[in-house]
Amino acid sequence: MDLRFTDAAPDAAERAAVDDLLGPPPSGWEGGTGRSDADLRWARGGASAAKDRRDQLLPALHAVNDRVGWISEGALNYICRRLTVAPAEAYGVATFYAMFSVRPRPAKVLHVCTDLACAARGSAALRAELTDRMGSPGSPADGTVWQESPCLGLCERAPAALLLRAGQDPARDGQDPAPAGADGSRRAAVVAPATAAALVTAARAPEKAPQEPPATAAVPQAGDPALVLLRRIGVVDPASLDDYRARGGYAALRRAFALGPSGVVREVLDAGLVGRGGAAFPTGRKWQATAQQADGPHYLVCNADESEPGTFKDRVLMEGDPYALVEAMTIAGFAIGAHHGYVYLRGEYPRAYECLSHAVASARTRGLLGPDVLGQGYAFDIEIRRGAGAYICGEETAIFNSIEGQRGEPRSKPPFPVEKGLFGKPTAVNNVETLVNVLPILEHGAAAYAATGTGTSTGTKLFCVSGQVDRPGVYELPFGASLRELLVLAGPPERLRAVLLGGAAGGFVRPDELDVPLTFEGTRAAGTTLGSGVVLVLDESVELPRVLLRIAEFFRDESCGQCVPCRVGTVRQEEALHRIVDRTGAGAADDIALMREVGQAMRDASICGLGQTAWNAVESAIDRLGVYK
Amino acid sequence: MTAVPLQPPRRLVPFTLDGTETRVPEGSTILDACRSAGTDIPTLCQGDTLTPKNACRVCVVEVEGARTLAPACSRRAEEGMTVLTDTERVRHSRKVVLELLASSTDLSTTPRAAEWIKEYEAKPGRFGADAARVDEQPKIDNDLYVRDYDKCILCYKCVDACGEQWQNTFAIAVAGRGFDARVSTEHDAPLTDSACVFCGNCIEVCPTGALSFSTEFGMRAAGTWDEPAQTRTTTVCAYCGVGCNVTLHVQENEIVKVTSPHDNPVTHGNLCIKGRFGFQHVQNRD
Ligand code: SF4
Ligand code: SF4
Ligand code: SF4
Ligand code: FES
Repeated sequence: MDLRFTDAAPDAAERAAVDDLLGPPPSGWEGGTGRSDADLRWARGGASAAKDRRDQLLPALHAVNDRVGWISEGALNYICRRLTVAPAEAYGVATFYAMFSVRPRPAKVLHVCTDLACAARGSAALRAELTDRMGSPGSPADGTVWQESPCLGLCERAPAALLLRAGQDPARDGQDPAPAGADGSRRAAVVAPATAAALVTAARAPEKAPQEPPATAAVPQAGDPALVLLRRIGVVDPASLDDYRARGGYAALRRAFALGPSGVVREVLDAGLVGRGGAAFPTGRKWQATAQQADGPHYLVCNADESEPGTFKDRVLMEGDPYALVEAMTIAGFAIGAHHGYVYLRGEYPRAYECLSHAVASARTRGLLGPDVLGQGYAFDIEIRRGAGAYICGEETAIFNSIEGQRGEPRSKPPFPVEKGLFGKPTAVNNVETLVNVLPILEHGAAAYAATGTGTSTGTKLFCVSGQVDRPGVYELPFGASLRELLVLAGPPERLRAVLLGGAAGGFVRPDELDVPLTFEGTRAAGTTLGSGVVLVLDESVELPRVLLRIAEFFRDESCGQCVPCRVGTVRQEEALHRIVDRTGAGAADDIALMREVGQAMRDASICGLGQTAWNAVESAIDRLGVYK
Repeated sequence: MTAVPLQPPRRLVPFTLDGTETRVPEGSTILDACRSAGTDIPTLCQGDTLTPKNACRVCVVEVEGARTLAPACSRRAEEGMTVLTDTERVRHSRKVVLELLASSTDLSTTPRAAEWIKEYEAKPGRFGADAARVDEQPKIDNDLYVRDYDKCILCYKCVDACGEQWQNTFAIAVAGRGFDARVSTEHDAPLTDSACVFCGNCIEVCPTGALSFSTEFGMRAAGTWDEPAQTRTTTVCAYCGVGCNVTLHVQENEIVKVTSPHDNPVTHGNLCIKGRFGFQHVQNRD
């Protein structure tokens, strides 16, 4: 590989940010200042060493972006020198992610959510007022820039905003990360529900912004003895391993060791657990297929890139009961024969990152992660990788590319992840909710688990209820409960217009369809989907054509751009929805026909699920709600 | 397919292609099978010397039992598979893909684009006059070749040829995301400041004419480019001992561009800067 660099050099802060992550440069070749005689006689590294370090690219970009606020040419050059990555490739990666900037910008960036749940709760008015007080989005003023953001996963407290401040983090200098809020520095502040005044104050002095409420505030049922997955939220101290163990923690892992890997797989198969991310694939089959692969090493990837608009359950789990995920991942790793697990966490979840980092670090100190877990001779460790603002990285193969330091573009399947996944090795990818289900399965046995729910959808399901309800939040119900029962719990609006199930890639349901059973098969039969459990409730005050336009904008922004049907199709869909935003009947008919044709090709010919499902919600609004009639 | 001498015999895979029982060597793609059966499938991002990215999706076919269509260029034939290459669904996707491409980029120099647009009755104009386009100006930052990304369909071939699959130079990559994604050097720097070694292997694989010799670009602009009047002569590059094949494209006794045969088992169409661009001395007559 011929590496060629421009003359731009990193400044001291940029250099320090990268060195804090990677250690000091071992020689002048890797960007050390000055070249020694020895450097001129020995060349080290080479292509294979470079390949081994490529996966540090995303963390290195984060390091600079976190410290300085943006990634300059000099900083990018330095990262490339340190990791032997071609600058053009690193630039391609940096520009893929919305949270990175390759242009100068202030240290404080305020992300204001424009997505569905926030739009249903006044984010348009909030943004208008913010424009009056802080200038238009994207234009810096007083050391801050605010920008519109896709869903921040704070839907229960809409309208939401997230302030991120670049700079040195005193709390994290070489020490284990402290739990959220323990230090006064405040690298991030969540303001939700947000008012323009609160945002202006937070932007001026992030350290004075009020602390976020605990995760339990997002769980209206907290403390209910019927809860399974949410049972510890608000009960356990999320920063205390002892408390977790005192409340039943690590019993499931002990049982797993007693059963052995194939016994765990059998138990999960018998329990009928299927993936909660939307595809509803049997988890046990995935584990079995991964475990059986002769090639190694095997990897476990926990998909915590929760970015579907309207979804926030994984955030609540990670903030409220982080050790549960650590334990569940250890069990999954044991079952599939992996010694290394990755959590790919949304970049917009600073508090979940802190909670989980603390949990992983303390589990490691106490021998619950590491070379000899629980003294059972099994080695397993967890590494957390942060995403950087790309919905598509929630796609299971895009995650691999993102972790590997490539652009987060989905791969084509086959080959499937169980054969060739992360680093080309057999990999099981499960999301957070799926994994934590493994704990009750092992604690009480497959039969007890499968007794809840319906024949084909077993166990309980988390629902993210947002929009115009009295008590938005994460709800846990056994599979088979009806949408109506869920809405009654959450306090439905007086004049219900529609419910969006499954998120931006899901489908709308009418007020007369509330008896639909909340199971995978029940929603499918009703022509919609459970997806990741989004339940967005809209009343008559909402202008549906604008909701649809936002959905189309979302997909246009989030398409990776790899394949034509999605890259251009999402743009054409958005254009058509723009044209008919104030039209109905014959005035809209041509554009609807056009969208149907484009939508069909997107569904049939796109590479990944994003393009294949991007038209679903709009289509269902046209067909079921008669939006443009 | 590249000619590889002395290939061990491969197992034959039986499957059904458009109703006919077919057998192809194991590992063949559906596209390989179609081509040997004489079935014409449109392709853009597939190239004979590269592993396809299967990004354009113009080659999609129907595989019985699959939820979505499959890219013929990358999907391997499997035993017992039933493939249909010309159903209503297939034609619909191909048509829309062509419409989406033609409404956003300039396909005027993409070979066969006009023919396929006609064949599939694609109407790119129906997205209206305001339909967003890629809208790029030609980048002329060196004497040897021009990058006119208004014509780019983002097939990734140049990126793959410059990087991992052939040249290992990595001067260009895809930057940005979605409709804003573009092939780019770092920070959009001019090629002369990038790692580019001007081997022109990206031009060799570009299926659209987005990358072209400065000579061709200039002659097209002046309206003097006349492909039917050109002769092509394949000979051996005389610069060094590797002995690559070069094909000289000559119009009115002037070399106007240089390509290289893709079926050469050693070089697969790749050259270095000397063989690709070092032709001027041949025609300096005084
Ligand atoms: S469907 Fe969209 S997101 Fe998926 S690969 Fe294609 S362009 Fe990328
Ligand atoms: S410049 Fe040519 S080869 Fe490169 S991506 Fe565009 S169309 Fe493909
Ligand atoms: S093209 Fe380059 S490598 Fe090939 S023979 Fe000519 S000078 Fe040698
Ligand atoms: S030729 Fe197959 S996807 Fe482009």
